[in-house]
Amino acid sequence: MKILVCISNVPDTTTKIKFAEGNASVDTAGIQWVINPWDELSLTRALELKDNPANGVNSVTVVHVGTAASEPTIRKALAIGADDAIRVNADSSDAFFVAAQIAEVVRKEQFDIIMCGIESSDYNGSLVGGMISEFLGIPSVSAVSDLKIENGQPLLTREIDGGKEVVSVSVPLVAIVQKGIAKEPRIAAMRGIMMARTKPVKLVEPMAVESLTQVVVFEKPAPRAACKYIDAENPAQLIDLLQNEAKVI
Amino acid sequence: MSVLVYTENWDGKFKKLSFELVSYASGVAKMAGTSVTAVSIGKVDDTELKKLGNYGASKIVAVTNEKLSTLDNQAYASVISEIALKENSGVIIISNNNAGKAIAPRLSVRLKAGVGSGVSRLPLNLNPFTVYKRTYSGNAFAHLVIKSDIKILTLAQNSFDLAETPGNSCMIENFSLTVDEAHLKTVVKDVQKQTGKILLTDADIVVSGGRGMKSPDNWSPLTELASLLGAATACSRPVSDEGWRPHDEHTGQTGKIIAPNLYIAVGISGATQHLAGISSSKYIVAINTDKDAPIFEAAQYGIVGDAMKILPKLVEAVKAKK
Repeated sequence: MKILVCISNVPDTTTKIKFAEGNASVDTAGIQWVINPWDELSLTRALELKDNPANGVNSVTVVHVGTAASEPTIRKALAIGADDAIRVNADSSDAFFVAAQIAEVVRKEQFDIIMCGIESSDYNGSLVGGMISEFLGIPSVSAVSDLKIENGQPLLTREIDGGKEVVSVSVPLVAIVQKGIAKEPRIAAMRGIMMARTKPVKLVEPMAVESLTQVVVFEKPAPRAACKYIDAENPAQLIDLLQNEAKVI
Repeated sequence: MSVLVYTENWDGKFKKLSFELVSYASGVAKMAGTSVTAVSIGKVDDTELKKLGNYGASKIVAVTNEKLSTLDNQAYASVISEIALKENSGVIIISNNNAGKAIAPRLSVRLKAGVGSGVSRLPLNLNPFTVYKRTYSGNAFAHLVIKSDIKILTLAQNSFDLAETPGNSCMIENFSLTVDEAHLKTVVKDVQKQTGKILLTDADIVVSGGRGMKSPDNWSPLTELASLLGAATACSRPVSDEGWRPHDEHTGQTGKIIAPNLYIAVGISGATQHLAGISSSKYIVAINTDKDAPIFEAAQYGIVGDAMKILPKLVEAVKAKK
């Protein structure tokens, strides 16, 4: 069984976002780039599945759509333990474009399980995984918090309102994963970092796909009103304010 | 051209989320000078379906095929896209909840329709079609232009006020279709559902605890306050990682993203990742011993002090009001 893990290259989640070009883009100066947090957990789970020979996972490949600037993020994924990587050499203009590129990679290379994080921490779109599956005409399961392989078949736990559902789906499939899929992201060990230098990164040129959306301008969220402090000795005043001023209780 | 809205049901019933979606769809339809068609999949009786009319749906397409009782993303997207084409829909509205996130991207590819996900306001402009969209986990908002003929918008839960349209007439059309079982690939093996608990994503009020609660044994005044307020309980990431509280209570960037009317953060310092999950709340209350904690910058009301002393007093104050 072959697993493909889709990874996105995003600013570290503690970054203070600043804009450039008249607020039309994000100022990348000084940004620390990381693997999108959900993709990192997704990669961790893929590697855990490969660790147990009973699961029959032969390889874990990572795919990324981005320019040469995102090479360090790909190397990091290899250092964590992915066997090889594919980079589609293009600026990721929108989810539709990215998903179309990854679907093309899957058509050529054939994977059984394609894993995507539920969203990227930059565009918060929650789109790429579902789009890949539709481009390929294969099933997808979203909000997946556990992925096992039993008797060669994936068994997935997905979150539903107020609970969980365990579903089985035949391969190939796209698993769109969220919190719970792995406990902690796996960290690259020194040996992994050394090995990552020689692992193959295949470069693929993009197909011509038109993006469907475009950000024209960014803005900062509206500032909140200053905090009104209530004396710790008299918390009952808070209840008064919530009832009579904010009118929320 | 019409505006199509997919309204999920829960055991045959709609909830506030469904009416928010229809209210939003009506707002878009009004801007575009057109009408709203709602799609319902599953067994929902006519009385319940008619409720969608109260928020401006003029037509309801009801799909009651029993084979669609399980959410199969592929099958659902196929049904909705068929109806969208039949209804000549220019805009499709879906929730940004679990089901919506599963369906919207598949619809997008089927219809070659660009998606504005997680919107909370009406479109800024219809030509070019521009939406206001949360990005960078709430640290920035984007004006996103959707260039395709058909547009899909996923609406953030609890972000749009209900708007009733008195006197609106609405017709129900039963839509029958044949579902090929070979195409249904999602087989449910087991369901674990909690009942009787207010869902975090539905709640108007949320009381949330962080590491400042000091121990899992200290939660009873917090849960008591929540139950008195009719609130859901939540927690910060360290708390769920430690196993003090269940994972489904974790709010924050990698947990649940919520937008209640009132969010009470007890012993939560307010790291960027936590704020990413709660910053759309209408009112935030912070209770923390550290007066410099970043949560106070996000809050409208704050108490600097020890949660263990303050919570019981809040419980008493709420009881006194009742």
